[in-house]
Amino acid sequence: MSNRVELRFSGTGGQGLITAGIIFAEAAINAGKNAVQSQSYGPEARGGASKAEVIISDGEIDYPKVTKADLLLAMSEEAYNKYKGDLKKGGILVMDSSLINKEPDIDAKVYKIPITKLAQEEVGKTIVANIVALGAITAITKLVPKEIIEEAVFNRFPKAKELNKKALNIGFEAVSRCKEC
Amino acid sequence: MSEKKPILMQGNEACAKGALAAGVRFFAGYPITPSSEIAEILSEELPKVGGRFIQMEDEIASMAAVIGASLTGSKAMTATSGPGMSLKSENLGYASMAEVPCVIVDVQRVGPSTGGPTAPSQGDIMQARWGTHGDHPIIALAPNSVKETYEVTIKAFNLSERFRTPVILLLDEVIGHMREKVVLPDQESIEIINRKKPTVPPEEYFPYEPDEDGVPKMASYGEGYRFHVTGLTHDKTGFPNLSPGNTDYVIRRLHEKIEKNIDEILMVEEYFMDDAELAVFAYGSPSRSSLSAVRKAREEGIKVGLIRPITIWPFPAETVKKAAQKVSKIIVPEMNLGQLLGEVERYAKSDAEVIGLNRVDGELITPQEVVDKIKEVL
Repeated sequence: MSNRVELRFSGTGGQGLITAGIIFAEAAINAGKNAVQSQSYGPEARGGASKAEVIISDGEIDYPKVTKADLLLAMSEEAYNKYKGDLKKGGILVMDSSLINKEPDIDAKVYKIPITKLAQEEVGKTIVANIVALGAITAITKLVPKEIIEEAVFNRFPKAKELNKKALNIGFEAVSRCKEC
Repeated sequence: MSEKKPILMQGNEACAKGALAAGVRFFAGYPITPSSEIAEILSEELPKVGGRFIQMEDEIASMAAVIGASLTGSKAMTATSGPGMSLKSENLGYASMAEVPCVIVDVQRVGPSTGGPTAPSQGDIMQARWGTHGDHPIIALAPNSVKETYEVTIKAFNLSERFRTPVILLLDEVIGHMREKVVLPDQESIEIINRKKPTVPPEEYFPYEPDEDGVPKMASYGEGYRFHVTGLTHDKTGFPNLSPGNTDYVIRRLHEKIEKNIDEILMVEEYFMDDAELAVFAYGSPSRSSLSAVRKAREEGIKVGLIRPITIWPFPAETVKKAAQKVSKIIVPEMNLGQLLGEVERYAKSDAEVIGLNRVDGELITPQEVVDKIKEVL
């Protein structure tokens, strides 16, 4: 149980958070680990709160949901407020600083990354914000090697390899640029 | 045998793949969250194997189409959630009376009515048992993982074919939508059961004359065997016969073909029950939380075990009776306000106290809640 890692990706419906969760879980399995992905979302196709959860472990995973998250990705202020209390003390908080105008007020290792802005301005498409986030999370957690997450992204979007490769890299680089951010 | 690569698969996807492995060739349905992926996948896959997918105008018609397809010899299924299950219940009774094999998947969400389309629940446990009218038997199965959903879907088809009866597969939103690591078995290693076909010529065939095991042989429409199918009480010819003697015989036979073969139907897993002084009885997704809780409690030296029925109906009465003689208390975590709890009480009698742990807020019961309950009742 000690090697169980719990990740929660939260934001608004339509941001691709569930897709990001699926890709991350798939990559974890391809990296030889066990993984379970689950989600909760409203009945709307877009808008409304949305979250995806990924549990990664070397052993069996009984309870498939997050109890205390090791990592929280917050891509809306509403999601941040709703889930900040479930992050472990000293856990990892990844905030989309282009969408959340707020200073983090919890005990966490904070990565403020303008995820959506980077997707828009450096990749050219807001739609890849989830992939930028995945790049950042891969770089921060080192749970799966970069080439395996890349393969999982390509597998999901075989027709948009270049775009997604760029998005992943930008997420990766954003972390190295952001030692104290 | 080649080493297969583990893949990430969704519960609903595993259900569709399991159905295909079991030989499903017909699906009629009306999409509804959280079951829609089953219809979506089968709409793509069935035509590839010579099968048929039909999106019907509603759930009543889909169930009727499933029964019709099965009578022609196709393994047939439908998938829905609570509100659709209410409508399917109408013709479910017909399938039971006319002894038409078919599989009905209910991926449970919060109800009643449209309730919470994307939130899990176990509110349809009693609906599965008594949703349709009349004094009928039913088989209902509730897996708790993606891999088990694949296996139990195959089992559902096998049981429906074996006993000429509708089988309900009860998933919940957590199991249906969750994605997990699975390694699927080779097709050759899967046991497939097909309905018994007549060996006599058409003129000597009686469609409702049971064999020793209580199950009649089933001819397919279109193969030269002409027979009458009705929801009315009928005799071995298939034509209505409402005499008290025949009515009594038919209703009892429908029940007995299930009860007498219960060993083939019951699937129950037990964990840490050998020296248990306290038991948790859980099925579907809360059984995962419960197993985690029981492990945690064991680490603290609490002698608690888990009983996990996969077969919900017929109810594993003997398992509960036996357990109740060993343990002083049985905790029943459910995502309803105590549906299967009543059955556990019925068979535990005064041997063990039965205590519910219930959530109806559309969230899965957590391991901590089960641990707390275990400590509270100790």
